[in-house]
Amino acid sequence: MSPAPDTLVEVSDLSKTFDISPPWLDRVLERIPRQLLHAVTDVTFSIRRGETFALVGESGSGKSTIAKIVVGLIPANAGHIEIDGVTMGRDTRAVRTLRRRMQMIFQDPYASLNPRMRVDAIVAEPIRAFGIAHGRAVRERVGDLLRAVGLDARDGQKFPHEFSGGQRQRICIARALASDPAFLVCDEPTSALDVSVQAQILNLMRDLQAEFGLTYLFISHDLAVVRHMASRIGVLYLGRLAEVAPGASLFRNPRHPYTRMLLDAVPDLDMSGRPRTPVTGEIPNPIDPPSGCAFHPRCPLANERCRREVPLLLPAGEAIVACHAVAEGRAAA
Amino acid sequence: MTGESAREPVLSVRNLRVEFPTRNGVLTAIDDVSFDVAPGEVLGVVGESGAGKSITGTSIIGLLDPPGRIAGGEIRLEGRRIDNLPMTEMRKIRGRRIGMVFQDPLTSLNPLYTVGRQLTETIRTHLGLGRRAAMDRAVALLDEVGIPAARRRIDAYPHQFSGGMRQRVVIALALAADPVLVIADEPTTALDVSVQAQVINVLKRMCREHGASVMLITHDMGVIAETADRVAVMYAGRIAEIGPVRQVVQHPLHPYTVGLMGSIPKLDHNEPRLRQIPGSMPRLDSIPPGCAFNPRCPQAFARCMLERPEPIPKGAARVACWLHANEEVVA
Repeated sequence: MSPAPDTLVEVSDLSKTFDISPPWLDRVLERIPRQLLHAVTDVTFSIRRGETFALVGESGSGKSTIAKIVVGLIPANAGHIEIDGVTMGRDTRAVRTLRRRMQMIFQDPYASLNPRMRVDAIVAEPIRAFGIAHGRAVRERVGDLLRAVGLDARDGQKFPHEFSGGQRQRICIARALASDPAFLVCDEPTSALDVSVQAQILNLMRDLQAEFGLTYLFISHDLAVVRHMASRIGVLYLGRLAEVAPGASLFRNPRHPYTRMLLDAVPDLDMSGRPRTPVTGEIPNPIDPPSGCAFHPRCPLANERCRREVPLLLPAGEAIVACHAVAEGRAAA
Repeated sequence: MTGESAREPVLSVRNLRVEFPTRNGVLTAIDDVSFDVAPGEVLGVVGESGAGKSITGTSIIGLLDPPGRIAGGEIRLEGRRIDNLPMTEMRKIRGRRIGMVFQDPLTSLNPLYTVGRQLTETIRTHLGLGRRAAMDRAVALLDEVGIPAARRRIDAYPHQFSGGMRQRVVIALALAADPVLVIADEPTTALDVSVQAQVINVLKRMCREHGASVMLITHDMGVIAETADRVAVMYAGRIAEIGPVRQVVQHPLHPYTVGLMGSIPKLDHNEPRLRQIPGSMPRLDSIPPGCAFNPRCPQAFARCMLERPEPIPKGAARVACWLHANEEVVA
């Protein structure tokens, strides 16, 4: 299976379990077995060059775990990740070269900047680490980057605490751009920000994408933000992909019952009074997920097969959907 | 007053001013805020961080963190002044006349006591019921907020409930003594979107059935649109605009509200760019003279820099903006 030439990121059958067992002695004394948390199971997706692919899901859906695996912060248990033709995971020369071509933007701009470093040192760190520029050229490049994200070159002399949340996120973006990356993984980049500041950051991210030809993996719990940013969207539920579809199609014609429920749960800002099905139930504990399709206890279409058999991702129109009801035609369009 | 019922308001806040004395001078967190909450009404208070919405809530229930203090104005609950009551008197009002729901249900419930004990304690303290009657009422309340098998779950501890169920317990607790007003400060912010919708519905239904008015404080305009009858938009410690929720959401008058609504990404219409308000909310020590929004306002003119606008009636709403002042002179 060779990826299409315009594919930048290819993730296949990615799985990650965390061992959350109590210490060995406790297990022996209390006779309790090992406990594994299946954070991500068999996740497959690909991202084309220059597009924004979004993963959306509620807490415990595994979206942040996927982000960390993709950039190589934590190892996967199974699966294959290929970025720009390079297989991730082993510490080869090719992977090290690739590292500078991918960067990450984190959720909390208060926690992801070193409070003891001046902003110019923060932004210059990747430039020096990867040996992109030397001497006077570093300072010039830092100034350019700060201006590109809407700050002033003189802001480099300040410390992070002198900036507001939105400005700090701009600094994080400038740092991410410093190594001249092609691929940015953005894990809830605006969740900690106020809505008017969020708009500034989202606009900035789209401008930078057009200017530098960036590819984004955009992770969020907010459907409206994802709708605004992404060309294709993957919906996660308890570590598995429920549905992958182009943005417009997902919102016009959601196929998976979970996607439908999520859309119905979004507050109706236009107060159009559109008919909505009330949401029921909560996300089960990922330590002990339901059998078969993990969504079946909350699903209005669930039957015996859903309780028994894990559904596979199958094409349905423009989308791919993991749902027995959709595959069997039980879900009314 | 426009659009408010002839009945006496449950809560009436007049010219409220809250100050925080610091080493570098006195900061004014709430500056001349006035509003009413009518019986049975849900008033939404919306704003971004630093707008003063939570401080408005805590000053009403008398739980301002020191050194914060109410420096002016008055707060009346059912006509009775409560902003100058001694602490012991205020304790009889909190929980009895005013129920509270906070953002994080794990910190507002005591982890060492069962849910039942916390509920019956509140009921017995405020309503003076016997043990058996209090227990029955606690079970009935848990049942009402949609906790399955309430009779059995009443002996469970808070950590044994999920986030959404915990917030339902907090709502039951807030309504345990049949208060006239519930102040809910970001009640769904810590919850997932599918759980948020359920909790909002429970809060709305419970308050309606128990005849309590609600002051709902949130940063989320969507939650306001779903829940509130009227909404007050706060900016830099002042009310920018207050009016019926449909009018404020669909036809906002204040340039800040217009910008705020435009900056929210929408599900159904997808523009390539969001409207953005330049800059950010001023810090409390650098609120500009005149209208606090003037440095960020696309329509600001000379008067906005000099004179502070008072809330001016406009239709069913009131808006603190000089753009809407001309009609006032005519009227």
